[in-house]
Amino acid sequence: MDFFRFSRDIPFMSWGKFSIVTSFSIFILAGYLIATKGLNLGVDFTGGTVLEVSYNQGADLNRIRTVLADMEMPDATVQNFGTSRDVMIRLPIIPELSSAQLSETVMDALREDDETVEMRRVEFVGPQVGKELLENGALALLFVSLGIVAYLAIRFEWKFGVAGIIANFHDVVVILGFFAFFQWEFSLTVLAAVLAVLGYSVNESVVIFDRIRENFRKLRRAPVTQVINNAITRTMSRTIITHGSTQMVVISMLLFGGETLYYFALALTIGILFGIYSSILVASPILMLLGVKREDLVKPEKKPKEEAVV
Amino acid sequence: MNRYPLWKYLIIAVSLLLGLFYTLPNFYGESPAVQISPLRTTANVDTGLLQKVENALKQANLVSSGIFLDEGSIKVRFDNTDVQIKARDILQTVLGNDFIVALNLLPNSPQWLTSVGALPMYLGLDLRGGVHFMLQVDMDGAISKSLDQYSSDIRSSLREKRIPYAGLERQGEQLTVKFRDIESRTKAEADLKENFPDLSLRAENVGTNFNFVTTIKQEAQMEMKESAVQQNITTLRNRVNELGVAEPIIQKAGADRVIVQLPGVQDTAKAKDILGRTATLEIRMVDDERDLDAALRGQIPFGTELYEERGGGPLLVRKQVLLTGDRITDAQPGFDMDNQPAVHIRLDNNGSRIFKQLTRENVGRRMAILLIERNQTEVVTAPVIREEIGGGRVQISGSMNSIEAKDIALLLRSGALAAPMEIIEERTVGPSLGAENIARGFNSTLYGFLAVAIFIMIYYMAFGVISVFALSVNLLLLIGLLSIIQATLTLPGMAALALTVGMAIDANVLINERIRDEMRNGASPQLAISAGYERAFGTILDSNVTTLIAGIALFAFGSGPVKGFAVVLCLGILTSVFSAIFVSRGLVNYFYGSRRKLELVPIGKIWMPEKTDAYFLFSRQASAGTETDLREIEETANETSVQSIETKEIPKEEIIEPNEVKEITSKPGIETNEPNEISETPSTALNETKKKPRKASTKPSGRRRRKQK
Repeated sequence: MDFFRFSRDIPFMSWGKFSIVTSFSIFILAGYLIATKGLNLGVDFTGGTVLEVSYNQGADLNRIRTVLADMEMPDATVQNFGTSRDVMIRLPIIPELSSAQLSETVMDALREDDETVEMRRVEFVGPQVGKELLENGALALLFVSLGIVAYLAIRFEWKFGVAGIIANFHDVVVILGFFAFFQWEFSLTVLAAVLAVLGYSVNESVVIFDRIRENFRKLRRAPVTQVINNAITRTMSRTIITHGSTQMVVISMLLFGGETLYYFALALTIGILFGIYSSILVASPILMLLGVKREDLVKPEKKPKEEAVV
Repeated sequence: MNRYPLWKYLIIAVSLLLGLFYTLPNFYGESPAVQISPLRTTANVDTGLLQKVENALKQANLVSSGIFLDEGSIKVRFDNTDVQIKARDILQTVLGNDFIVALNLLPNSPQWLTSVGALPMYLGLDLRGGVHFMLQVDMDGAISKSLDQYSSDIRSSLREKRIPYAGLERQGEQLTVKFRDIESRTKAEADLKENFPDLSLRAENVGTNFNFVTTIKQEAQMEMKESAVQQNITTLRNRVNELGVAEPIIQKAGADRVIVQLPGVQDTAKAKDILGRTATLEIRMVDDERDLDAALRGQIPFGTELYEERGGGPLLVRKQVLLTGDRITDAQPGFDMDNQPAVHIRLDNNGSRIFKQLTRENVGRRMAILLIERNQTEVVTAPVIREEIGGGRVQISGSMNSIEAKDIALLLRSGALAAPMEIIEERTVGPSLGAENIARGFNSTLYGFLAVAIFIMIYYMAFGVISVFALSVNLLLLIGLLSIIQATLTLPGMAALALTVGMAIDANVLINERIRDEMRNGASPQLAISAGYERAFGTILDSNVTTLIAGIALFAFGSGPVKGFAVVLCLGILTSVFSAIFVSRGLVNYFYGSRRKLELVPIGKIWMPEKTDAYFLFSRQASAGTETDLREIEETANETSVQSIETKEIPKEEIIEPNEVKEITSKPGIETNEPNEISETPSTALNETKKKPRKASTKPSGRRRRKQK
């Protein structure tokens, strides 16, 4: 079986201007969404309490809200979680009440109201911890970006590092844009997914870069555009098959992973799709813009005699 | 060219066996159990106790499926949780307060595996259910408490030495001692320097006053914080023991935080209560003159209370509190002058003054040290006062062995928290959710794996089967590795496991596509396989290193569950490189490498471009006006002092590399199963092809002809 039958190089680079403009607009749009709507940060980052409870029969959300309102917690958000029997209650930080007691008090009140309620999960994060987790997340993002740029710069050349990281930042911003637009909850696991995407979609760029380098060595006379077009076209099959395989696993997570892994898998899905797009239509055009040339990679002084070939 | 020496096969075989061996325990699952361990080091866990446990269970008609002694504790297995809980209740009543009887899960793996250290992965709290707390030690509170202590100590010290002072004030983190004249200050300086080495003194003259501004020295503060956290951890450990948790984790996290993890605990209210409570120590006098027997019958004399001494009999203790535990600065086990086990206690200045007076007045009597926790009072020890004790160094000895001495010292030190603590993070997962999470993680991985496996096998045929085999090996090695290092498996960890499956296949896809590519270019099957592996290697390495960077960052900055994700991700990358390159190559070599005439690489049907050659680039280049482009390149090449190239003069036969030739030129005898013949290359542009020689020894190195300009 062979899905990919290219008898010509696909002229990706001739779409470069168009794709860069498109990507830039997407980037701006995502940035705008993040700035205006903001991320729906989970309790991991904001601090507060999340209670997950389940009932034997479908839960009556309004009744739960009344119970909470009676306890003078009108700020609590109550919503179904997964099935109609599972309920998630989010409580903001209440300064007067000891955090540790809060969940107990609420549980007791709910139990009084309906005996069948079962505690599934409690998460309480203090405000300072939330802030730290956010800071650490940002630090990790920075570390990964710098690490990847440095690695690509060493293995290839600085232009590749820059092109790679811009493409991947694009992916990250797009993921965040989606999360902002749909107001999906951005939790610690989603952050892990974002960082994994950063590492993973650089993969894609690396594979193409590798081919570009190889082509530079092999096709001495070919212009840079053709070298890049050829590299992308010939790694196309691998790109689709690999990402297809990864996506199969991610879909399996979406279907079977339950609520905890749902947004994780969702972030990965967006990351994978845009990862393909950005390494082909963002990273490589940027590489062109930066003026990559054969001499960047094929070092003449290494083996001067052989370089003089032909 | 595609052969592996024996030792490479041996490495594969050994790693496979090891992987299988260490993965095996994970398949046996776990069964409910009760774990009995001593609360104090004095209580013995031996065959006698084992007998007692057995008898107790027999009497209650509870069937256990295994009972054994293990590392100072007794473990009893049961078939289901109902029996387990009943057994726990019964055993706790039978054994009393000297033992912790805790619910636990025990791996079912057979003895021969356990004895060589092959244990299943440790399940995280989100998979087995339990409570996770992060507590913050209030360091400012600790410092402020000790400043209060210092101020009263300084007062009493100056009073004792009869040095007149005008006042003592506390502002924030500093204490100001005021003097009316400079002589008293000079006198005080000597005294303060000797008695309070941890304080720094700074002279300051304000108006008519001669002052000392004292602060706690930086290093002393650090030490104070360090020991405050340590002491809190010890205290927490003692308290958690009471909760009856089988494998609690209590550890320091950062400078001033403590993490407490209690697997299996569901009663979070009780857990929080016990962790957050405050305990106090009191020293009171024992009343030996009153009638103890009458007190035991219920007539407790006025002004006294009846308590039980730890490991001893009942005694009457006076209600008046002479000294409290805050005065104890340290307690260490050791030996007295007769080489008998003893506990050495150090009191602070004020404490030693009180203690001196107390002992002077009560020589020959007994004093009691009481530990009060949540309205429960216990006499830790009740030694006889032999003489007046000054200087704040107290030694308690007699009627104790060295283990008891250690226990008492620990209790004295850790009876109370050194500094207040606050829960700043809590994560509780119910048991049903834990079990569900395991199923979710497992199913995600399983179905993801199956989908990938089926697709890859269909797409790449025999090579696909080999790739899938390599993928299974990867999973096997990864789980084996995680079991060996006893990593904690969390739900995100399981997600990483699934993700590893999706990402690890990348390496094999790269290799397989590369092989197809080589074949499309007309390489012979053996050469295509060899070149495919060689060339894919660099790409695989690069792409995995970048993912590894992300993994390491996640590990470094992540917390809790994210760390679990990172560990699996990083290890998965390592095992996938090994299995995808080394193991799959081994299999390919084994099945195909030895065939002299391999007619066909079973890697699925490869589509051949109908155009004449594989490097379609060239056809395009040859067909229309790329001439200018070429010139440009030449020019830039010149500028950067690369030797320029004259193409037209070179005859075709001298093309640089035979491998390249195969890729480009027509060769009627090429061994592919493909119908499309590869025909004459049309272009002179061919001759530009220049390739750096690859290291691969498999290819005959090309002869080059140089032409200097």
